[in-house]
Amino acid sequence: MRIAVASGKGGTGKTTVAIGLALSLPNVQFIDADAEEPNAHLFLHPVVHEAIPVCMTVPEIDSVGCTLCGACAEFCRFNALAVVGGEVLVFPELCHGCGGCVYACPQGAVREKQRQIGEVRIGAVAEMCFIDGRLRPGEPSAVQIVREEIRRARSDRTTIIDAPPGTACAVQEVIAGSDFCLLVTEPTPFGLHDLRMALDLAAELGVPAGVVINRSGPRDSIIEGECQSRGVPVMLRIPLDRRIAEAYSRGETLVGAFPEYAERLRELHRAIHTRAAA
Amino acid sequence: MKELLVISGKGGTGKTTVVGSFAALARDAALADADVDAPNLHLLLAPQIREERPYSGAELAAVDEDACTRCGRCEEVCRFAAVRGHQVDARRCEGCGVCALVCPAGAITMRPQTSGRIFVSDTRYGPLTHARLLAGAEATGRLVTEVRRLARQTADRAGAHLLLTDGSPGIGCPVIASLAGVDAALVVTEPSPSGIHDLQRVLQVAAHFRVPAAVCVNKWDINPEVADQAAECARSAGACVLGRVPFDEAVSAAISEGIPLVEASTGPAARAVEALWDRMARELA
Repeated sequence: MRIAVASGKGGTGKTTVAIGLALSLPNVQFIDADAEEPNAHLFLHPVVHEAIPVCMTVPEIDSVGCTLCGACAEFCRFNALAVVGGEVLVFPELCHGCGGCVYACPQGAVREKQRQIGEVRIGAVAEMCFIDGRLRPGEPSAVQIVREEIRRARSDRTTIIDAPPGTACAVQEVIAGSDFCLLVTEPTPFGLHDLRMALDLAAELGVPAGVVINRSGPRDSIIEGECQSRGVPVMLRIPLDRRIAEAYSRGETLVGAFPEYAERLRELHRAIHTRAAA
Repeated sequence: MKELLVISGKGGTGKTTVVGSFAALARDAALADADVDAPNLHLLLAPQIREERPYSGAELAAVDEDACTRCGRCEEVCRFAAVRGHQVDARRCEGCGVCALVCPAGAITMRPQTSGRIFVSDTRYGPLTHARLLAGAEATGRLVTEVRRLARQTADRAGAHLLLTDGSPGIGCPVIASLAGVDAALVVTEPSPSGIHDLQRVLQVAAHFRVPAAVCVNKWDINPEVADQAAECARSAGACVLGRVPFDEAVSAAISEGIPLVEASTGPAARAVEALWDRMARELA
């Protein structure tokens, strides 16, 4: 069973909830899929066994065979190639690695080479399997890295996968193929707005969803109303409590600082199991 | 006209609260929300939509079933596993056009698709350009570029002296697209191991694209010691530390009321954001 922990809005407590769940359950695998800003390792301190480079295929021009006809640049929809002043310039950051320029070149003068854009790390935290990904700063897309993290995952374990914020490509990659999507939000108009976008995405991808209200308090009704009208359950509330923020600022986990949450998170997992199976 | 981008690395550190307040304090600024897959700035500025247009991002491959000879060449060349059994998976298709190029029957065409909407609105603080990505759509970086292009046009027409842009979390394509050509980036961080880690990474990206960066530590008093570490880390990365803002319940109250913090409160966080704006405006001048 794979549970995606996502949010729409950033900073609502995805990583706190995902790590809390992983630490409260037996036989788990944790995947940090926020390869732009991976943070779980700062709280879990994994022992890393293996770092696998993640590469993208980018074109390389054979200047001997190239006649500067411009067919490659004309084909490329991502503007990753341009004929300028007697040579073909390649902009690797814009390249999607589709390979179209190779087919478009009438001279066969476009080759491809591998370019590293980041890495996937595989390790362990005591009995827990741990995977995270890191995009190199300056690189635009973490999607390949997230795909590689998921490809490397074991299928015989309960998997908790911590998604990036937002609702774009990498988040879609994480939610699609998960058995359940747990959305962590906060009771503010910002939290509600982005929760709606995330709920739309989960529905679009056909993945059942449930909601955790973090920094819960007197304004929860703004989230509850939305959940009720969509038939999505509110499955856990974590109160607004400065002590939780302080523990986080010291690098402590929720269940480390407040052990009473372990049982509540196991209960949450049982409820997810029931819903995902339904 | 000067352009200031507010980003954070880590999400939820207070970018939009800072931008909303700066909008109220700057008076003649034009505004843009470049966080297209989780936009929130419009929730503080009460925009009246003046202009709305669909945004077509990447094209989508379409197979003409009658012309298709089922040769399978398209499936073979697609690097994104978007063609299976002569059918195109719209979610996986990146719109590269390779399948259309190689199809011997000419049965595949590339068609534009709507992947979001862009709005130009009036607010009490100046014109706001914002957008919304449709659920499941791609090409966020290009949508950000388009939002910024329209925002600059709108700002010029309004005679604004400053274009203030609310960015996305992370370091990927929307952030890179929003950094191109701005005069400065203000990074809002928070005192936690994640805040510092993500600050370091986003400052590397700003440096990579040669954008001068300034840093603000929000909620600094949650952990003053870690807040000092964040400031130190900013300085050693060559960014100037422009100020810090204390934790204040007035911040979430202002969000709930849907108005900029500096108009909702005269408390400690609002005063700190005003001081931050004074220093930021001097840096930009």
